[in-house]
Amino acid sequence: MNTATLATPLPRPSAPPRLRVLPGFRLTLGYTLAYLSLLVLIPLAAVFLKTAELSLAEFWNVVTAPRVVASYKLSFGMSLLAAGINAVFGLLLAWALVRYSFPGKKLIDALVDLPFALPTAVAGIALTALYAKNGWIGQFLEPLGIQVAFKPLGVLVALVFIGLPFVVRTVQPILEDLDTELEEAATSLGAQRWQAFRHVILPIVFPALLTGFALAFARAVGEYGSVIFIAGNLPMVSEITPLMIITKLEQYDYTGATAIATVMLILSFTLLLIINGLQAWTAKRTGRDR
Amino acid sequence: MAGASTLRLGAAQAIGLTRFEARAATRETPLVKWLILGTALTFFAVFLLMPLIAVFVEAMRKGWETYLSALIDPDALSALRLTLLAAAIALPLNLVFGVCAAWAIARFEFRGKHFLITLIDLPFSVSPVIAGLIYVLVFGAQGWLGPWLAEHDIKIIFAVPGIVLATVFVTFPFVARELIPLMQAQGKEEEEAAVVLGANGLQTFWYVTLPNVKWGLLYGVILTNARAMGEFGAVSVVSGHIRGETNTLPLHVEILYNEYQFAAAFAVASLLALLALVTLGIKTWIEHRAAHAHQDLHEGQS
Repeated sequence: MNTATLATPLPRPSAPPRLRVLPGFRLTLGYTLAYLSLLVLIPLAAVFLKTAELSLAEFWNVVTAPRVVASYKLSFGMSLLAAGINAVFGLLLAWALVRYSFPGKKLIDALVDLPFALPTAVAGIALTALYAKNGWIGQFLEPLGIQVAFKPLGVLVALVFIGLPFVVRTVQPILEDLDTELEEAATSLGAQRWQAFRHVILPIVFPALLTGFALAFARAVGEYGSVIFIAGNLPMVSEITPLMIITKLEQYDYTGATAIATVMLILSFTLLLIINGLQAWTAKRTGRDR
Repeated sequence: MAGASTLRLGAAQAIGLTRFEARAATRETPLVKWLILGTALTFFAVFLLMPLIAVFVEAMRKGWETYLSALIDPDALSALRLTLLAAAIALPLNLVFGVCAAWAIARFEFRGKHFLITLIDLPFSVSPVIAGLIYVLVFGAQGWLGPWLAEHDIKIIFAVPGIVLATVFVTFPFVARELIPLMQAQGKEEEEAAVVLGANGLQTFWYVTLPNVKWGLLYGVILTNARAMGEFGAVSVVSGHIRGETNTLPLHVEILYNEYQFAAAFAVASLLALLALVTLGIKTWIEHRAAHAHQDLHEGQS
């Protein structure tokens, strides 16, 4: 075969009827779809159907009430900030774990996943104890006039805690796969270490870093358990959006709770699409499978 | 030249350096290295290590007696039982689902496959509070099935079934998302060979598929278990917080904490922290085993 025939692919013959050797396709796919629909899709649809009972004006009034808007600002603002902090320090931590050897490295590597494994309520009370006025960290911040526990800053601390592993675990495998030859080539062409990082490494790592940022952000926006203990939950000041849903539920205001949930779900689904796109970009940039 | 540099690389690895530290081009100056390492490790210590240590220190603040009495308190024990029950139901359900989904997705071609994978991942991108809310909307007194359930005297919300449902939802994707990429990477040749040689579906799965994916499966199972036992937000919405009846361990921690019984709250929390540490231990061990299995496979082939 010469290169010309390779370059111009022949029109593909219409696919022959596929011969399936393995059994169980209908059974497993049917079960998957039924289980998924019953437990996830139909209950989720209930949110949208319940919200549809409201008129557009009523819906708008609920989701733009001043207390609810204040909660969006806090939830989104702090989630963005936390994801940003995690992107910077998560990259540094992933870099240190991949590039340097130091005592206790394996232990630290394993403990990075702690926020995935530690129940959020436990994280919440532990962070509150640390950052309270007489806590291990709080006692040093208090004289500086910085209050963390029961203030909006407490929300940030909790969201940084739960988001960290997302960045480290998406960036780490990409850093591990980097060929040393790339940087050797950059150095031999006269690049400084910083230039090699900025122009060679960062472009390769960037899609993964952005994916980690988006994952940390998506998790932070919906987070509840670790935040409510440390936030203080003052109306208009330190109430997160998921707490607004709980508050409405406790007042038996189901339509109100559902309307806010709709706003959050739409945001979550948008983020999910963005993250899928980012992962495809990472795969393309690095040649890795997702 | 190449030989010499490999030799040096081998010596570097022998004294525990990474391949990046062993080459001049991928090394930072000591100052930069210590700055990065210092910043990263300080961040790790402040945000991850200190909260973990704080749990155990606070739990012990009032001594062993308070610690133990918090754990053997009847309410704590019934919370423990409910937590174990919810995990014991959610785990097999999601395990069977995960295996079925992975078999359908990794072994067959069909339209909408990527969309299906996205749908399976959906519960991870939904706030836990909403995970609880959706079941209230379906099964609650005001919900779709509320009147019918009340007529037949079935309680789901503010009762154990609701807690199980919420737990199933938040742990839904773990097994499936571990298995799908693993089975896709392994391909279906071995299983097709087994079927052609006369094995039936279950035999093929049991003797061919399962040994190949056991580490991934176990990985998914321990992640499911950890999340099932630790879930707070979703369970909190559907539980109704009835002491001794619908409280799980994380909810029990919250109640004790809100009653200012801090030492008791941290004592129960330390139990959950221990569970997290065991989970991380098993996870690291599985990764170690899986890496070795992978290495053996490659050495066997070459």
